[in-house]
Amino acid sequence: MIKIFLKCVREYKAPAIITLLFMVGEVLIEVLIPFYTADLVNDIKAGAPMNHVVRVGLILVVMALISLCCGAGGGYFGSKASTGFARNVRRDVFERIQRFSFENIDKFSTASLVTRLTTDINNVQMAFMMSIRIAVRAPLMFVFSIVMAYTMGGRLATTFVVVVPVLIVGLLTIAKHAMPAFRAVFRKYDRMNESIEENVRGMRVVKGFARESFEKQKFAAASGDICRDFTRAERIVALNTPLMALCMNFNMVFVLLVGAKIIVESRGAVIDVGQISAMLTYGMQILMSLMMISMIYVMMTMSFESMKRLAEVLTEEPSLSNPDAPVTEVKDGSVDFEGVSFKYDRKAQESALAGIDLHIPSGATVGILGGTGAGKSTLVQLIPRLYDVTEGRVKVGGVDVRDYDIEALRGAVSMVLQKNELFSGTIKENLRWGNPNATDEELVEACKLAQADDFVRSFPEGYDTHIEQGGTNVSGGQKQRLCIARALLKKPKILILDDSTSAVDTRTDALIRAGFKTYIPETTKIIIAQRVHSVEDADLILVMDGGRIADMGKHEELIERSPIYREVYEQQTKGGEEHA
Amino acid sequence: MHKETNRNLKENFAAIGWTLKKFFGFYPVLAPLAMFCILFSSIVSAIPSLFVQNVLSVIEKWFTTGDWAAARAEILPYIYLLIGLYVLSICSQTLETQLMAVMTQGFLDKMRREMFNDMQDLPIRYFDRRKTGDIMSFYTNDIDTMRQLVSQSLPSLIRSIAIVVAVLAIMLYFSVWMTLVLLLGVVAMFYVTKTIGGGSAKYFVKAQKATAAMEGFAQEMMNGQKVIKVFCHEEQALEDFDKVNDELRDVAFRANAFASTLGPIIGNIGNILYVTLALVGGVFILANIKNLSLSGMAFDITVLVPFLGMSRQFTGNVNQLSQQINSIVMAGAGAQRVLTLVNEEPEADNGYVTLVNVTEDADGTLHETEEHTGHWAWRHPHTDGSGITYTPLRGDVRMVNVDFSYKPEKQVLYDVSVFAEPGQKVAFVGATGAGKTTITNLINRFYDIADGKIRYDGININKIKKSDLRRSLGIVLQETNLFTGTVMENIRYGRLEATDEECIEAARLAGADDFITRLPQGYETELQNNGANLSQGQRQLIAIARAAVADPPVMILDEATSSIDTRTEAIVQRGMDKLMEGRTVFVIAHRLSTVMNSDVIMVLDHGRIIERGSHEKLIAEKGTYYQLYTGAFELE
Repeated sequence: MIKIFLKCVREYKAPAIITLLFMVGEVLIEVLIPFYTADLVNDIKAGAPMNHVVRVGLILVVMALISLCCGAGGGYFGSKASTGFARNVRRDVFERIQRFSFENIDKFSTASLVTRLTTDINNVQMAFMMSIRIAVRAPLMFVFSIVMAYTMGGRLATTFVVVVPVLIVGLLTIAKHAMPAFRAVFRKYDRMNESIEENVRGMRVVKGFARESFEKQKFAAASGDICRDFTRAERIVALNTPLMALCMNFNMVFVLLVGAKIIVESRGAVIDVGQISAMLTYGMQILMSLMMISMIYVMMTMSFESMKRLAEVLTEEPSLSNPDAPVTEVKDGSVDFEGVSFKYDRKAQESALAGIDLHIPSGATVGILGGTGAGKSTLVQLIPRLYDVTEGRVKVGGVDVRDYDIEALRGAVSMVLQKNELFSGTIKENLRWGNPNATDEELVEACKLAQADDFVRSFPEGYDTHIEQGGTNVSGGQKQRLCIARALLKKPKILILDDSTSAVDTRTDALIRAGFKTYIPETTKIIIAQRVHSVEDADLILVMDGGRIADMGKHEELIERSPIYREVYEQQTKGGEEHA
Repeated sequence: MHKETNRNLKENFAAIGWTLKKFFGFYPVLAPLAMFCILFSSIVSAIPSLFVQNVLSVIEKWFTTGDWAAARAEILPYIYLLIGLYVLSICSQTLETQLMAVMTQGFLDKMRREMFNDMQDLPIRYFDRRKTGDIMSFYTNDIDTMRQLVSQSLPSLIRSIAIVVAVLAIMLYFSVWMTLVLLLGVVAMFYVTKTIGGGSAKYFVKAQKATAAMEGFAQEMMNGQKVIKVFCHEEQALEDFDKVNDELRDVAFRANAFASTLGPIIGNIGNILYVTLALVGGVFILANIKNLSLSGMAFDITVLVPFLGMSRQFTGNVNQLSQQINSIVMAGAGAQRVLTLVNEEPEADNGYVTLVNVTEDADGTLHETEEHTGHWAWRHPHTDGSGITYTPLRGDVRMVNVDFSYKPEKQVLYDVSVFAEPGQKVAFVGATGAGKTTITNLINRFYDIADGKIRYDGININKIKKSDLRRSLGIVLQETNLFTGTVMENIRYGRLEATDEECIEAARLAGADDFITRLPQGYETELQNNGANLSQGQRQLIAIARAAVADPPVMILDEATSSIDTRTEAIVQRGMDKLMEGRTVFVIAHRLSTVMNSDVIMVLDHGRIIERGSHEKLIAEKGTYYQLYTGAFELE
């Protein structure tokens, strides 16, 4: 998995390596300074000549300055590398999502894709930055310090034989117990946040049923539960501090006592006072670097979860791809279904669609009716190849949809989805999604056809009105009409409307359909609707039930033949006779 | 500009003060204890330098003779003292860190609950005016910065200040001249921090903005991913993404670079100081410069060595201090936001009329009772002390001359009058934005009216306690909201005391029982993510069952049935008809079929009722209603 991420370093390899080099330089010098300072201190004690002392001192100052430059350079290039790395990861993830088919998108919910693009990448960026700076620095510091300590201190360095293993074992034990506790809590924490969000979104329901105190109780239980678990985990981790203190203090006592013994007994021959000072410094450096290593370990484990989630997206194969020699021209708007069946999930028992055989001539108006879950949306989504059939074939213009170049196919088959999305930008920009090169007149024409022109003009800024994120400043019906206009701008051979007029009143709906008949007679129009009147005058009406076409034909035929159709029609058109 | 920054700073500090007050309020004993432990162990950590000096002087005294036994005799007392202090310090540190772990999480828990509870009592207006993401960040980002303040910044601050003061005292005790040299170096550190640090704040603000922009973009694109595919907009989307992404990288890099270089620079200035002190100290000793100190001792090697160690402690903690100030300011910002939530005016409820169970005597007098009789009445205690009136709950709702505006400048309802007698079905029709949903917001007292009267069973609804009023109204809204839990739990939300059978019966009435029993675990199926595993229609049916189980005398249906196909709607209608006996229903829809079964239809246009009557009467009038609904007929 690390390989996937290393690929994202790409053009930032150089800054990353420079950072590493700077870190090495900084550590080296930091480790040498106490060594030479110890010599300086001994020289001073021995009464060396002033200019010698000054010279050594100045050399040390220069060394410290170099260390400063290395450190700053490491920080600078480290930032360059890590922000660049994050940018690449973000891009790779986003780009792959663009290549996803509907099936791939269904696998990851929208919310989780957003979290992956934001939170998870932030965690991974942090981990990368920590790695190239501290993960290199700390072990190096540890190793060098130990080497220097032994070289310089000889027997005095035996303190580390005791202290270091104790610290390592201690840190590992603490981590081993704390990590699983944290992992479990994070999951609960996510769920708690989800429930807060539900509460906020559903506040009208909460207040409508006067459930405020119920919600408060529910939340108190969830929050208290998390508090208990988190506290337990934090208390374990908190043991790090006294452990560290114990080791440092032991070091201090040992160095003082044993150091004194060695110096006095050997009369300063083996080591001298300067070395004591250096040993104390090295001791601190060694222990600090161990602490840093454990911190990194913790941080890496926490971002491991994020890395896994990102890797999932990066390794997901798009399930829809262009054929080798794609057909690029769609001849006409005819649609054929031959023995088609479809399952959303390959492993599912039941098919969402079964045994569909259908021929729609070019330019026809087709209506599709049916209950919830009857398969209407599923059926039409197969036409622009948003999903691929499980069995059978779908043909557009006489050619299997899988043989077309996807862009060409989707250019010719325009669809207005059930869930209508507009994006932040002006109305004009949103409309131009249908055709980036559309002239202003073409935009207006499409809007007129979709009965949207009137209300757009009623806005103070007309077509330049800015649409807020999520389209919150336009009503449901207005959104739907703009989406229809956007779809019309493609000048498609086939236009599919999936329940796209549910928020539009009956009169406007009728005007839209009339407009279609008059102005785009050659376009095949496939309309899924709830209102019978929307499809009454279609050339062909499909009545769907349980994933199959229960019946099809014109209105007059269906009134005669189909009990389902009849029932729906009567329900919707009869007057207030039933009501007393 | 200055005044604004000063005000911001003042608010910031006020928020920080509030956070600390809350913290100490939650833990009046443990918190000061923990702080004391921090203080204690910090001071103790400064003391070893004194011991080092003493041990070193002993070494000096004896090392020429090589008499370890004598030296040891003099050293050991110091060592024992040191060990004793260390043991105390370790105990203190353990106590402190354990306490902090407990208190931090406890603080978070209590804060969260306080925020959530306060939030439940806020008026709907608060939620309508804000994005969910905004509100969520109270519980994620903002509360986290408060946690950092309490669990990291506060202890760190105390620790650093204590050590700095203690070490300073000891250094002055050793040598005033050397201390001055050190302080000069510290001043240099401050200067550097300010120059570089000042620049970084500006970039951090920019980085925050760029991050927010990226998150907003990602949200939009992911939500609309299917539309992007339908329009083959992928390349364009990628281009737009690259712009936002690269901008984020550039800004983040600058902000990050500042912060990342500052750390090493400060740390290395510490190094430079270390060697400078060694140099200067050496010069002092060699040149035999007279020492000035609080202890009066001479400056020699035994002072220099510990002094070097202390300089590291000193500069390290000064550094910590300056970093903490930064995070404290950030925490203040988070606390300020939480304060706004907590200080929000809760939903005012001056109602005193409540809904109670009653039994009826033979002569019709009503008596209040605790048991569940299924008979409800309004308990109206008169303000003039003349006693209590019990009015039976019938579902008679009247709006008289109601005016309303969401925002003062924009009036939404003009002189609206609606009469609904018990058991009547009133339909509201009209173009989007005509005011239909608004009317239902008022009956429920989600919003309160500006002018006019709304009466429920003859009682002014302002006099009725909001929770009791809302319990007597069933609502099914345009947007379904289901909660995480089983289907049964969601239905039971309508009436918490309902039995399983009652819930299933309600589901049957709503027409939901059929599909629920076909779900993998039936009524025990877990719903997540607002019922994402169900279709729109199915979710609506559960919402209707939920309202049905509440068994209210008045129901408000807001375009509830327009996402359900006509067939399913027919099933629901039949159930609803049964449910509507003896109940008042307000329904808002576009559908001919829904509306045609009503007793009265109100046609709304731009906040005014322009037509009212039964379906036949309005058709005969050939007015707006006629136009809206005969579009269909004309085209045949």
